[in-house]
Amino acid sequence: MKERLDEQTMALRASREFKDGMIVNLGFGIPTLAANFIPEDKEVIFHAENGCLGYGPTPTSEEEEDFHLVNATGTFATPKPGMCFFDHADSFSMIRGRHIDLCILGGLQVSEKGDLANWATAVGRVGNIGGAMDLAFGAYHLIVVLTHTTKTGEPKILKQCTYPLTAPRCVNLIITDISVIEVTPDGLVLKERAPDWEVEEIQALTEPKLKVADDLKQMEL
Amino acid sequence: MSINKVVKSFDEAVADIFDGAIILMGGFGPANGTPSNLLRALVKQGARNLTLVANTPGYGRPAPGTRAFRKTPPDYDDGGLLIQTGQVSKAICAFPGMSRPGMTAPLHEKLDAGELEVEMIPQGTLAERIRAAKAGVAAFFIPTGAGTIFEEGKETRVIDGRNNVLEYPLKADFALIRAYKADRYGNLVYQGTSRNFNPVMAGAAKVTIAEVDELVPLGELDPEVIVTPGIYVDRVAVRQNSVKGA
Repeated sequence: MKERLDEQTMALRASREFKDGMIVNLGFGIPTLAANFIPEDKEVIFHAENGCLGYGPTPTSEEEEDFHLVNATGTFATPKPGMCFFDHADSFSMIRGRHIDLCILGGLQVSEKGDLANWATAVGRVGNIGGAMDLAFGAYHLIVVLTHTTKTGEPKILKQCTYPLTAPRCVNLIITDISVIEVTPDGLVLKERAPDWEVEEIQALTEPKLKVADDLKQMEL
Repeated sequence: MSINKVVKSFDEAVADIFDGAIILMGGFGPANGTPSNLLRALVKQGARNLTLVANTPGYGRPAPGTRAFRKTPPDYDDGGLLIQTGQVSKAICAFPGMSRPGMTAPLHEKLDAGELEVEMIPQGTLAERIRAAKAGVAAFFIPTGAGTIFEEGKETRVIDGRNNVLEYPLKADFALIRAYKADRYGNLVYQGTSRNFNPVMAGAAKVTIAEVDELVPLGELDPEVIVTPGIYVDRVAVRQNSVKGA
């Protein structure tokens, strides 16, 4: 078995998409970890659906834990100069109104058209939709981070999603544990491959046909 | 003084909540923005067949011998308590809660037992439907949900080249909210992310009841920083004026 990127390394790769001055929203799971990799020369403001802009990292001690300051995953955050609070209606005005520059979400499936399924594995089941749907519809730029295949080796990048959609045609970039793939009007374009992974091997684990970027490169980690 | 929205106790605050009422409840995750005392008073009061509208109904109290789902503020209870007592027949929410072996939200247990109906709404649409009820907006088109199972049975319209879903206000009988400080007019301020759904729900129900940490004299709250104007608040129940856990 070839080595795949672990969660921290996928989060590190996702953090490379942070640009100076961006307002960024991070979803549950691996995306949240990307907050730990902000380059020192860049200022990034994090948005939390529950009504905060500009919060700081997770507390390192119990003394710093404040029940009046939690992020959208329900974990404690810390205050930071410039931080502000607002209510849920305002928070989702920011999201739907396209004021969030970049959103990084986890995913269960992504289609070749950029459809995302990330909240339920079957129609009719109760799932935690949360704010994911609003973010998928509203974020200016959407990155999905997920493992390339399921635990049993089935592709998660499909011609069509089989799980209930979060939003159709919303994903711009897919970061997996073996590749970086851009969603374009002409289909999926393989931009980067993990160390030691060949194009054919990535294609074999992807249902739709991948175009290969002219400047395909190995992921820089 | 002729205007005084302060009630004597949490019990008095929830006394007229009737069987079958639709209740909005503020709060988000473990943030200290949940009206725990009002919820406990409502358990004591006993109203049943309630519809509970909240981002997350909550985890209730852990079963004896099991640990809490996560760290919570002191003296904390959430809407899961009302589900555990069987007072809720329908939950409307964006985040029903985690369900994993040994740690199942009461919502899932009641749902599996056929004792609870659950309706999911995307979080932003939930907030906006509550806001619409407060703002007198008759209905609105929103892109969230278009092309997904959330548009089923709803009117859709293409506006500016984009698909939208018609959504209606979520009207309720009572809003149970939590704030930090209040004055006797019902003006409210909040603390940090404990604000969340609370100001949205204030004024969105026929009766809005605020549980607050502190009552301050009129004029002490800076008019520039009041978040919820008193016009949206009907009753104020103050924490230190009540017996703990009442």
